[in-house]
Amino acid sequence: MSAPHDLPRWADVGLIPLINLLAALVVSGIVVAFIGENPIEAMMVMIKGAFVYKGSLGYTLYYATNFIFTGLAVAVAFHAMLFNIGGEGQAYLGGLGAGLVCLMFDSVLPAIVLLPLAIIAAAGLGAVWGAVPGYLQAKRGSHIVITTIMFNFLGASIMVWLLAGALKAPGQMSPETRVFSDNATLPFIHEIANAIGWEVARSPLNLSFVVALLACVGVWVLIWRSRLGYAIRATGHSAKAAEYAGISVSRVLIITMAISGGLAGMMAINEILGVQHRIVLNFTSGYGFTGIAVALMGRNHPVGIILASLLFGALYQGGAELDFEFSTITREMVLLIQGLIILFSGGLAYMFNKPLARLLAMILRGKRQTEAQHG
Amino acid sequence: MVDLWLQFLLTLDATCRVATPLILCAMAGIFSEKSGVIDISLEGKMLMSAFAAATVASLTSSALAGLIVAIGISVLLGLLHGLASVTLRGNQVISGLAINILASGLTVTVGIAIFQQGGQTPTLERDERFRPVELPLAEQIGNFPVVGTIYKEVISGHNILVWTAFATVIVTAIVLTKTRFGLRLRAVGEKPEALDSAGVSVAKTRYFALIIAGVLCGIAGAYLSTAHGSGFVREMTAGKGYIALAAMIFGKWQPRGALLACLLFGFLEAVASRLQGVQLPLIGAAPVDLILALPYLLTVILLAGFVGKAMPPRAIGEPYIKER
Repeated sequence: MSAPHDLPRWADVGLIPLINLLAALVVSGIVVAFIGENPIEAMMVMIKGAFVYKGSLGYTLYYATNFIFTGLAVAVAFHAMLFNIGGEGQAYLGGLGAGLVCLMFDSVLPAIVLLPLAIIAAAGLGAVWGAVPGYLQAKRGSHIVITTIMFNFLGASIMVWLLAGALKAPGQMSPETRVFSDNATLPFIHEIANAIGWEVARSPLNLSFVVALLACVGVWVLIWRSRLGYAIRATGHSAKAAEYAGISVSRVLIITMAISGGLAGMMAINEILGVQHRIVLNFTSGYGFTGIAVALMGRNHPVGIILASLLFGALYQGGAELDFEFSTITREMVLLIQGLIILFSGGLAYMFNKPLARLLAMILRGKRQTEAQHG
Repeated sequence: MVDLWLQFLLTLDATCRVATPLILCAMAGIFSEKSGVIDISLEGKMLMSAFAAATVASLTSSALAGLIVAIGISVLLGLLHGLASVTLRGNQVISGLAINILASGLTVTVGIAIFQQGGQTPTLERDERFRPVELPLAEQIGNFPVVGTIYKEVISGHNILVWTAFATVIVTAIVLTKTRFGLRLRAVGEKPEALDSAGVSVAKTRYFALIIAGVLCGIAGAYLSTAHGSGFVREMTAGKGYIALAAMIFGKWQPRGALLACLLFGFLEAVASRLQGVQLPLIGAAPVDLILALPYLLTVILLAGFVGKAMPPRAIGEPYIKER
């Protein structure tokens, strides 16, 4: 994924994502201008909608929570050179895991036992939905990209089948489960803040955000400070060399995909345990795919992923604001920006590298020359 | 008995209609992937061209104009994919995915700007669509048992794009196996350095393959919005591009196999839509959602090598770096 054209690291990590973002925004701006609106005005609306209005920051962070989980999922797999585009399905199944635990035990278990169980179940089912494609790649040679795409659709079919059938709340028309009782819900941040006497506007931001930040620390420790992480990175660099060094590559691939799927599955706790308090159809709404953009922009590092998640959180929340302010622009604008960011930072990744490397080299040479003259 | 026969024939008829976009996209996928470029952007190309076809057809009152613009747009997206994955040697999967997401966003955004109908195009009139063509004598020999009914119910009454799709399969098979271009195309996906040392441009061959894929996806998109349907609806491809991708793999990257897979997957969809809400003996309500999931499941099983083995082209997904 990396292998830049001799760019210094700070430029690759700091400058390139900014240039990609700028390019995506410029192209989106052209589209906005094309449909007859003012791009600068639209941008201001988005920024206000994401950060300024009362409660908007909470919404931004709530979206960011989803993206941290799915972004980490993609990043962990990337380190083993696996491309997990099944985050969507893994998150969906994670929701099933969390939901089933709540539906079964919300009348018997106290929150302190139930919630951790539900979180583990979300990660567990997500992990299974990731590990199976991992196994098929490692042992049977099926391509992980294709298998995870198929697993997205399989997951969606299973969920539709269950939500319209066995899990549907009795006496209900819409395909969703019954609402969990209160001990099966993660507390909202504004509730916690208000309880300790700190006035915070209402928003769907809940305790999952903290879990997401903990997951970032966990991933950092895993990838850069653990034996397994070393094995994952070694496998990613060269599977052959790793095998030769005594690492069981197939085992690493399967475990990596399980961890990746587990992280994606945990996205569901934000939606299911935090906000919806029941399993609903399509609650993942493409967040799994956004994780790919987040991981690409965040350069597969937890810190980068948090920053990229904030950016996408702001885009999603700001995009909702676009819906209100303009009759001609809807939140699909955000999909457009997202697609462009993926394009510029993924597919066209090397477009800006070469010119930038040349430019930097020129600046450095110029500096050295002036230094030489003065010296 | 007669009624059941008719039901069966109508399902086959629906199969042809449902399978048409799958066939076109699967052939597009074969061209692209045989040349060594992974193409998960079939979905996005089809969605964009479905939108372009309906928009232009609605504005110009000409289905043909819609088709031409649809093909143009789809080819442009193919070239973008080429720029990313051939020229700039970026990640082909990411580039394809970007095109799909881009298409989702762009169709709705531009659609609202032009028509103000929440991302849809207005419903197309008769002349703005590709109409079904009744074959000669369909009514007269339609009463003949077996052969006559098959002729009338299954073979006759399709629009020109359905025929185009089936013809495309034959053309694809001939181009791949009988022409110099086809040989080069397959070589570039298996062993690009061999082609390079023979003095043939790897990049040009791959670009050409992507252009052909673009044309085919463009026809598929136009079919969805101006022949099968009567207007564009947001997200109207609904994963068909991915099913076509699955069918291509299921058919082991061969035109004939992919055609059969498309027909099988199309048949499953046709059966599922017929069984919607039907009570079956022993099972109860027909498990429509599970029937619809079968294509994905079958593809996973096949790809894992549990039944036969699907081998992708050898150099697929790898950008070619010319030796210096």
